[in-house]
Amino acid sequence: MKHILLSLLLLPVLALASEAEITVKAPVDLSDHESLQRGAKTFVNYCLNCHSANYMRYNRLQDIGLSEKQIKDNLLFAGDKVGDTMKVAIDPQDAKKWFGAAPPDLSVEVRARGADWLYAYLRGFYKDDTRPTGWNNLVFDKVAMPHVLYELQGVQTLNHETHALEIVKPGKLSPAEYNAMVGDLTNYMAFMSEPAKQSRKYIGIVVLLFLGVMLVLAKKIKAEYWKDIK
Amino acid sequence: MTDQKVSATASGSTGSGSSGLLDWVDARFPLTSNIKNHLTEYYAPKNFNFWYFFGSLALLVLVMQIVTGIFLTMHYKPDAQEAFASVEYIMRDVFGGNIIRYMHSTGASMFFVVVYLHMFRGVIYGSYRTPRELIWLFGVGIFLVLMGEAFFGYLLPWGQMSYWGAQVIVNLFSTIPFIGPDLSEWLRGDYLVSDATLNRFFAFHVIALPLVLLGLVAVHLIALHEVGSNNPDGVEIKKHKDKTTGIPLDGIPFHPYYTVKDLVGVVVFLMVFTAIVFFAPEMGGYFLEANNFVPADPLKTPAHIAPVWYFTPYYSILRAVPPIGISQFPGVAAMGLSVVVFAFLPWLDKSPVRSIRYRGNLYKGWLAAFVVSFVILGYLGTLPADTWGQFGAWMGKADRATVVARICTAIYFLFFILMPWYTKRDKTKAMPERVTH
Repeated sequence: MKHILLSLLLLPVLALASEAEITVKAPVDLSDHESLQRGAKTFVNYCLNCHSANYMRYNRLQDIGLSEKQIKDNLLFAGDKVGDTMKVAIDPQDAKKWFGAAPPDLSVEVRARGADWLYAYLRGFYKDDTRPTGWNNLVFDKVAMPHVLYELQGVQTLNHETHALEIVKPGKLSPAEYNAMVGDLTNYMAFMSEPAKQSRKYIGIVVLLFLGVMLVLAKKIKAEYWKDIK
Repeated sequence: MTDQKVSATASGSTGSGSSGLLDWVDARFPLTSNIKNHLTEYYAPKNFNFWYFFGSLALLVLVMQIVTGIFLTMHYKPDAQEAFASVEYIMRDVFGGNIIRYMHSTGASMFFVVVYLHMFRGVIYGSYRTPRELIWLFGVGIFLVLMGEAFFGYLLPWGQMSYWGAQVIVNLFSTIPFIGPDLSEWLRGDYLVSDATLNRFFAFHVIALPLVLLGLVAVHLIALHEVGSNNPDGVEIKKHKDKTTGIPLDGIPFHPYYTVKDLVGVVVFLMVFTAIVFFAPEMGGYFLEANNFVPADPLKTPAHIAPVWYFTPYYSILRAVPPIGISQFPGVAAMGLSVVVFAFLPWLDKSPVRSIRYRGNLYKGWLAAFVVSFVILGYLGTLPADTWGQFGAWMGKADRATVVARICTAIYFLFFILMPWYTKRDKTKAMPERVTH
């Protein structure tokens, strides 16, 4: 075991050649509260059935402009409290039996994978009959998760010559509408991965201004003391 | 008239009261003499330049790490089931927790930035030369303990990189002939990195190593203040003293001159530090790795395991040295040696001058080659070994990056091994009697 681990480390690591490169940037804008609110709604309605966000409290959604009442009325499941974290009812053991892998907690998914990856992932599902779920993904080969949003996006297939995805059966949303929706969802998940990201930047500006004043004073003190040193 | 008299008496009594207290303390504890010996009458050369900021900055970062660490310890849970969640709890629910945590994680990297620059200062100005060998040895000790401190601390967030990084590093010990496998098991407290490992690493990180570190910093400073500071000219300021006062002619009291000068350095440093903490705490994945936001999973090895940037030069050396048979021990030994070799500098350097200012091109060339090799090794250590592809059949299809790393490893060690030769042969310039600016 130890030698396997060590040789694993010392040998060159194989690149994951089968997975496509991410070229499209995700539309992340943490100051766009409307987009974040739409994303939160999509997250609660679609993702939160299987995936938890165990570190994210519902009342933290006040940071994106929702009132506690709005959160309670629109986003909470029956029995949840607004101070609770986004837990999920599915039993991880069951989920593992059904999908082959327990759905990971999504609280910090964007910090682990990156928003661009997530945006590509949400748009990258295609029909693949060799997979147990019938679905595969362009950026996550042999993913265990089925395409939950296929009614909205429609069904895509992979053109093996061009390596591009083609819609063979349109969904309820046009491609532009679907992209906007998963864009909002990605934006929300970026917010959820670090809710205090915006506020820390404001604090940072204040601290830097303070240090700027300190620098002027410190330099003046230094010059005053050192003027006699030849 | 009466009022003035009263106020004069009052101020007089306050004055005698405070000096009375100081006398009382001084009769029982050497307070005034310590302040004199280490601050107001510690005479430092007056020609300190940019490179001399990093000693006091290292002390500042040490204090910041201890203070932020104390607050993190109040909320962190050293338990394999709870560690990852408790870090996210600090990031989200603890008031100011995200800033404290980022200060601590940024502080770890900035500690190494500052210490590397501090060490480089010592190298270019020959600060390790007689009579400062012990300062240097204590410093190498600080560096070693700091590496241990960073390694143990890195396990605590219990992410995938924490876990597999610890797995890999502890496994390095298992390559030591005969005792290796038992030794690594003893370090882990288990057959693989587990809750037991997390608990003991927590103990090492928050108490054992900080205690050793503080002790080493204390002796580092005591030794420094015994022999006095070196300077960019490498001349001994104690050679030329004022005949009546006995104060070095080129010396100035550390306080207030260097305290106010270091204050400027501290503010500039804090501006850089703040910019990272508040605007880029991950530093593009170099300070906080993306994979460490995935909870540790003993069943899932990440595709690419890379240590944090400050360990990557040594990690590159580890990978570059080929195994003998199936034993990876040569690489591990080379990695250990690459750190410890710094301790031998005082005895390897045979130059008649200390400072780079009066050395010749031979030394400067070797130093430049060493610095370039160190940076390249550090860069390559962050990447998979096949990152630059392979050479053709004429080189046996070797990984290009591995070949480059091997050349850099050779230069790294030759810098030290050949030092007695090239420092003796180097054409040095005449050293001045007194410091210059």
